[in-house]
Amino acid sequence: MGDTSAISRTVLYDLHVGLGAKMVPFAGYDMPVQYPDGILKEHLHTRDAAGLFDVSHMGQLVISGEAPDKAIESLIPGDIQSLKPGEMRYSFLTNDKGGILDDLIVTRRENDLFVVVNAGCKQQDIRLLTEGLAGQATVTELKDRALVALQGPKAAAVLARFAPDSADMTFMTYREMDVNGVPCFITRSGYTGEDGFEISIPADQAVALCTALLAEEEVAPVGLGARDSLRLEAGLCLYGHDLTEETTPASAGLLWSISKRRREDGNFPGAEVILAEIANKPTMKRVGILPEGRAPAREHTEIADMNGNVVGEVTSGGFAPSLQAPIAMGYVPAELSAVGTELQLIVRGKARAAKVAKMPFVEQRYYRG
Amino acid sequence: MTIKYSKDHEWVTLDGDVATVGISNYAQEQLGDVVFVEVPEVGAEMSKGDELAVVESVKAASEVYAPVAGEVVEVNQDLEDNPSFVNEDATGQGWFARIKVANASDLDELMSEDEYKSFVEGLE
Repeated sequence: MGDTSAISRTVLYDLHVGLGAKMVPFAGYDMPVQYPDGILKEHLHTRDAAGLFDVSHMGQLVISGEAPDKAIESLIPGDIQSLKPGEMRYSFLTNDKGGILDDLIVTRRENDLFVVVNAGCKQQDIRLLTEGLAGQATVTELKDRALVALQGPKAAAVLARFAPDSADMTFMTYREMDVNGVPCFITRSGYTGEDGFEISIPADQAVALCTALLAEEEVAPVGLGARDSLRLEAGLCLYGHDLTEETTPASAGLLWSISKRRREDGNFPGAEVILAEIANKPTMKRVGILPEGRAPAREHTEIADMNGNVVGEVTSGGFAPSLQAPIAMGYVPAELSAVGTELQLIVRGKARAAKVAKMPFVEQRYYRG
Repeated sequence: MTIKYSKDHEWVTLDGDVATVGISNYAQEQLGDVVFVEVPEVGAEMSKGDELAVVESVKAASEVYAPVAGEVVEVNQDLEDNPSFVNEDATGQGWFARIKVANASDLDELMSEDEYKSFVEGLE
């Protein structure tokens, strides 16, 4: 038992407990890791129908000021100035060495920016943004809002019953609208590889709205366990594991998120290192890995070349319910990063055969109109 | 056949001097969906408390310890294709290994079914 006094609860805590969730501490919050259905079923249900996830532990921030888009570009390499109102973009905070301090999503709204950051990095990010933007923009945490994700091929049909205007939103866009009469911020985005939405709800109306969504026959509650296996199948990075202060955008394969203009301007932390690495190619690269057989290779599993030399490490690994097979991602030397390259994974002292695999492991099904 | 349990949530049944070993129903519920079981090799010599097997659920890997000392004489090959036997039938088809018991007294230190039930209730 840890120190329970320091642990926070989201506004949906009682709802989770009532649904029979197994609660675990995660990033300072008591969160549902799974419900009675279990991780496998919750995962497959999300791929088949729709899953509802509580992600209220994540930080919801508003950055406002004269030109918050220009201001935030001094801290992240993402192209925020080119976003139109209602558009959003994936980016990350970088340090002076070109390492990644957190990944985040920035949405441009009519008069400000709406930013969602990881729970575990929330306090650091608020401090970095507040200090880094001082005199240009202010940072406000929206503590009075819950955040849930509705994900899966049936998510759009379900949400349209409560918010008809959500139906024609395309991937990575934002709109404000009533959902069952509750004023919400909706983005068509997620962390599962499926079509779906993230819905920011006034905290005092979150239980009622989630109860209404869960009453739809396509919707089941899904915990953090399946959230992790879903994002891994989708080839998406988890901060603190696949991305850290030691990983750079080039090695992580995230250069698609740094536009030509931002590379030319080069005015973000660590730009010198990041741009040099783009020019010279990174020595290590993040790759997908398919272990042979059924034994999962977990985080920190050593990766060896075919001569037995340890050349890298698994950063996320587990069992893929959709493939009924183990999958992993990790970092290997660039010369061993081509799809199909044979590698060995050292699982409990035994070398097991594996291959570099294409990511995502499961096809992404985003709605692009 | 009487079933006995260890504090590490393994179960044991004895047939002659051969013990069949698995994990308890309580343990499988705690682990969740089992996706892989690494069983020992036939012929392996186990001391009591040695790592006998590893159970992988979707979320994590957990060690299973030998509740009795002895030589592994058989392992459950069916778990390779059907690891979910551990969830569906923990004390039946979900068995891991059979051990030729070296010290019969190892069994005396294990709990009866009723004792184990109280032990588990005390953990809640």
